[in-house]
Amino acid sequence: MMETAKIKVKKLNLYYGDNHALKDIDIKIRPKAVTAFIGPSGCGKSTFLKTLNRMNDLVENVKIEGEVLLDEKDIYAPGVDTTILRKKVGMVFQQPNPFPMSIYDNIAYGPRIHGIKDKRKLDEIVEESLRGAAIFDEVKDRLKKNALGLSGGQQQRICIARALAVCPEVLLMDEPTSALDPISTSKIEDLMEDLKKKYTVVIVTHNMQQAVRVADDTAFFLLGELIEFRETKLLFSYPQDKRTEDYITGRFG
Amino acid sequence: MKNKAKINAVEKTAKSIFMICAVIAIFAVCSITIYMIAKGTPALKSVGVLKLLFGTSWAPTANEPAYGILYIILTSIVGTAASVLIGVPVGLLTAVFLTEISNKKLAAIVNPAIELLAGIPSVIYGLLGLMLLNPFMYKMEKMIFEDSDTHKFTGGSNLISAVIVLAIMILPTVVNVSASSLRAVSANLRAASYALGASKIQTVFKVTIPAAKSGIMTGVVLGIGRALGEAMAINMVAGGSVQIPLPFNSVRFLTTQLVSEMGYAEGVHRQVLFTVGLVLYIFIMVVNLVLQKLRKGANTDE
Amino acid sequence: MNDNRDLSFQWNRRKINDVILYALIYICASLSVVILVGIIAYVFIRGVGSVNIGFLTSVTSVLKGTVGIAGNIVNTVLIIFLTMILATPIGVGAAIYLNEYAKPGKLVSLIEFATETLSGIPSIIFGLFGMMFFGQTLGMGYSLITGSLTLILMVLPLITRNTQEALKTVPDGYRQGAVGLGAGKWHTIRTILLPCSMPGIITGVILAIGRIVGESAALLFTAGSAKALPKTLTGIFSKIFESGGTMTVQLYLSATSEGDFDTAFAIAVVLLILVFLINIGTKKLTKKYDVTREK
Repeated sequence: MMETAKIKVKKLNLYYGDNHALKDIDIKIRPKAVTAFIGPSGCGKSTFLKTLNRMNDLVENVKIEGEVLLDEKDIYAPGVDTTILRKKVGMVFQQPNPFPMSIYDNIAYGPRIHGIKDKRKLDEIVEESLRGAAIFDEVKDRLKKNALGLSGGQQQRICIARALAVCPEVLLMDEPTSALDPISTSKIEDLMEDLKKKYTVVIVTHNMQQAVRVADDTAFFLLGELIEFRETKLLFSYPQDKRTEDYITGRFG
Repeated sequence: MKNKAKINAVEKTAKSIFMICAVIAIFAVCSITIYMIAKGTPALKSVGVLKLLFGTSWAPTANEPAYGILYIILTSIVGTAASVLIGVPVGLLTAVFLTEISNKKLAAIVNPAIELLAGIPSVIYGLLGLMLLNPFMYKMEKMIFEDSDTHKFTGGSNLISAVIVLAIMILPTVVNVSASSLRAVSANLRAASYALGASKIQTVFKVTIPAAKSGIMTGVVLGIGRALGEAMAINMVAGGSVQIPLPFNSVRFLTTQLVSEMGYAEGVHRQVLFTVGLVLYIFIMVVNLVLQKLRKGANTDE
Repeated sequence: MNDNRDLSFQWNRRKINDVILYALIYICASLSVVILVGIIAYVFIRGVGSVNIGFLTSVTSVLKGTVGIAGNIVNTVLIIFLTMILATPIGVGAAIYLNEYAKPGKLVSLIEFATETLSGIPSIIFGLFGMMFFGQTLGMGYSLITGSLTLILMVLPLITRNTQEALKTVPDGYRQGAVGLGAGKWHTIRTILLPCSMPGIITGVILAIGRIVGESAALLFTAGSAKALPKTLTGIFSKIFESGGTMTVQLYLSATSEGDFDTAFAIAVVLLILVFLINIGTKKLTKKYDVTREK
């Protein structure tokens, strides 16, 4: 199905204490495409997403085995600097979480922590990122206003722009529209069409229609296992596994 | 029916008794305010507002007594500011350690230490300052002012000693208030920062602390209040002359002036001391008002 | 442009920055521990030798050649007793009014403002006020009762606030249940709310005792500094109207005007031990109280 892979995961197991939360996951994620993870809540899809930029490191008592290769380099190898990794693999969260500061400072936060101080350069990055997240026109006149004053949908696009500002190669999105209204949701779904031209996008969603609308490939997770992973069209039209079929036809979930 | 009336009467009595209890606080604040004003203002008339508040000479027992308290006011301001400048960064970083960095084991050592520091009576801080800080300061003083003709030697009782003691005394307040406001910062914000490739330290200083700003400010203002009002500890280490608040000068704070002279002062001298008390009270009330504003602001943010 | 950059750790300016700040944070955090350990060690080394039965049971007297703080201990206990016996019911009553009776409005915000303000007033101001109002205007002079009345105002916010916190943790279901059974408000308070919030009230009381034990500025000009022991049992009652210095006040006087540092350090040892006990006590209670809250 694919010849090159941006991310390759081999035999990944994850434990929360005694709880075996991810079991033997093997997956290859295509570059410059949208890959969706679906499955009932608690199936491990979000947990798996967070292993791709090592956000699980922040949780106590987590043990991870196996390999996650980003451009053929194991991100769990000893000596890997997670700050460099996370600069390459950006993330957008379920709840819009802009910092309590101005829109401009929100976007400039990433570039600044990575050492960019030049004001003109920052201006450029901010504008470019906001355009990239299709929100520039809505906020260009109030860049100095607090980002918390925006609507939820706008806040989420600010968060996407913030993630774009550090020039990531991969963008992880953890149910980015589940807290938003339908109009904001469709704006963000449209945006993903553009994003995949430049970035490898991985999205977790509990909404199957959303996966159908935005994703090139879809992976179905159940109880910590990767059940099926194929092109979205194929997965939804000709599921190979009985459990996938049961799930997408709405028998459980 | 009779029983019911009785119960009603009991209920009513209970309610009014509780209300009286609650209102006592209002009465207390009102009467303290009235007394401070009533006792503190006569000297403004008898000595003169300018001579009193802006005079620099303090000689209450001289033949031609002078009652200038400007240096005393300045000492309180400078001493408080300096102790806050030392105590707040140390306290804030300690709070950062407790909430963001330390594991449970280390926090279980640091946290009780801070609680105990808060409980130690101020006279013990004074006693230790007297026995440990002052001799050290005297040594430094002898080194620095060896050739000075103008410096009045203090034996180590000076502004720096007082500032150090105050800084230690406000530490627990700053740590506790800052730590609880750092803890209140949503984990989502920290996650967003990490996901952008920020290190822990960058996240703490660029996201967590700014987000906890108003709570930390509350801690700072509480610290200012404590430092302004502290009397006994610094009275034991700050010396006893009314002078410009320079680091190695023996100085009098508003509070220490009261502690050391209230016992024997009479007549106008006593009136002036009450004015010193009034000045202190006004400072404290300003701090209190700022504090309550901050707290209200913090509540409406949430 | 970054595609080929390795993921592995490299030193750069921001890493060095991080290390410096880490070091500062560790230094600051250890500072408070070092200061505490230093204070305790120094006080115990200097003072523990002078603490013995004789020191605790006799009164300093040049005639008899004894050194002791028995009188100060009695004064401290009397002041604690006098203060708490009045402050506790008032503070608890105020909390009950605020939480159970009052509807949000001008009066409540005024009471809360006043309570906040009281807790922000420094003890030296309480001392001045106590001296003027209770000592002079009401004519009680330098006496234990003057000191106690002054301290009531000082510890009131502590008790009110701790009781309020405790009352807040009593589930509303208990109140509704009691009212549903036809109990009056006062009955509900007596039989349900007060027992349920007892750990919180006791915590407030212990904290208040801690403040009284450590207090000096508010007492120096109200309760005075006499250290004699009441000669008879009834003397204890008349002592209430006489001057008396607590241990803390005596420490201050020993370290300053009397220049008797051995006594000062010995008292400091006694005070530190009391502070520990109070600290442990409140900790135990708050723990218990947290458990009940979780249930």
